[in-house]
Amino acid sequence: MSEMLHAQNVAKSFTLHTQGSVTIPVFQGVDFTLSGGECIALTGESGSGKSTFMRMLYANYTCSDGSIKVFHDGDWLDITTASPHSILEVRKRTMGYVSQFLRVIPRVPTLEIVAEPLVALGTARETAMDKARDLLTRLRIPERLWQLSPLTFSGGEQQRVNIARGFITDYPIMLLDEPTASLDAQNRATVLALIEEAKGRGAAIAGIFHDHETRDAVCTGSFDVTSFKVGAND
Amino acid sequence: MTQMSNPLLRVDNLTMMYGDRVGCKDVSFELRPGEVLGIVGESGSGKSTLLRSISAQQEPTKGTVQYNTRIDGVCDVYQMSEAQRRLLMRTDWAFVHQNPRDGLRMNVSAGANIGERLMAIGDRHYGNIRSNADAWLGKVEIASERLDDLPSTFSGGMQQRLQIARNLVTSPRLVFMDEPTGGLDVSVQARLLDLLRGLVHDLNLAVIIVTHDLAVARLLSHRLMVMQQGKVIEHGLTDQVLDDPQHPYTQLLVSSILQN
Repeated sequence: MSEMLHAQNVAKSFTLHTQGSVTIPVFQGVDFTLSGGECIALTGESGSGKSTFMRMLYANYTCSDGSIKVFHDGDWLDITTASPHSILEVRKRTMGYVSQFLRVIPRVPTLEIVAEPLVALGTARETAMDKARDLLTRLRIPERLWQLSPLTFSGGEQQRVNIARGFITDYPIMLLDEPTASLDAQNRATVLALIEEAKGRGAAIAGIFHDHETRDAVCTGSFDVTSFKVGAND
Repeated sequence: MTQMSNPLLRVDNLTMMYGDRVGCKDVSFELRPGEVLGIVGESGSGKSTLLRSISAQQEPTKGTVQYNTRIDGVCDVYQMSEAQRRLLMRTDWAFVHQNPRDGLRMNVSAGANIGERLMAIGDRHYGNIRSNADAWLGKVEIASERLDDLPSTFSGGMQQRLQIARNLVTSPRLVFMDEPTGGLDVSVQARLLDLLRGLVHDLNLAVIIVTHDLAVARLLSHRLMVMQQGKVIEHGLTDQVLDDPQHPYTQLLVSSILQN
């Protein structure tokens, strides 16, 4: 399958100005590619920078060096130098991200939160709502909760709302940060099925998975971020 | 595609001096239709000064503000005639003040508050004005039966929503907001945020919103400008600025938020 994302010589360090301007190097020289139809697991022990790397791929974090090119609208766009406007376009149409946190305006109903990314793409409201209902049903969110804000839900339910929102759009690239953490076996199986379906339609997926079973079930390869830690090869 | 759309507003090297004191200094940016720009920073950092200078309320010491008008194309806001500027300010622009009392006329009814902006642009049909005002009350979730009531009988949250209705009735393309959720309690704030986000999306509004509340900035704005001592010290994608701040002051601002 064709390449969808290409990170080259990427480095990241944090400078904490409020704490004596200490600089914390995270990694350097990272080369990473992601192609359609594959699901790559980002691996490395806790604190090794998996989530940091994923946030950089989504342009949520800046890069200290290197480039991250994303295939967007038939062209390569370097998101480390792209304008905020272009990055928002990439996020709207090309790259989805399922984070571990649900950040929404209080009082907006769950159904609308799930449907929103599809509505933003210009899909008819009712079509988007139907798809949102399907996903919420598959992820076992009881119908009586759909008109409520997910902010009142349990952690596992919020996680599933996040997943529904992330999977409602057929993004060519998907980033999944621990999508199955805090889910029971049945719901985990549903998420694995969603990932398989996304792979099947040719999506390029990178994920962080906390358990081996999930990783073994859906991943076509893995990428260890530890080897790029600053000082790892000294 | 929206990416191709021309800027609606273009600000270049805007500087406002109060004698020797800096109000704001060398601010430049562009804003496109449908784009929400948040301006954050502590009190006295120049946010409101900047907003007033951009919105033709206070002529800057230096720099230009250009606006893509519907009729004449791109015009310098401070070069146009007084009449042209006044028309712009009451049709294509809107200004939502922190205190609704600054943006409403408290001694006339809610309906009249909304209708006044319509009459200012030449609408004379009483029935149309009234039904339009009524429709807007509905959009901001105020019951029709309050149409003839004075704003002074409304709660703070309702007054703020009425101010928004009064401003948006003329279908402006650019809305300036100065701490629109400032004096409201949190439940009312959430409702207003939800309303504003819906209106921004449905009407493709460009918005410049000044706030000191970073949570409000995160939920509403696409881009964020951080100000300190009159200067823009950081400017970029909202979540990037808040989650990976580069400037010492932005880091301080972000790390000072109370967690709940």
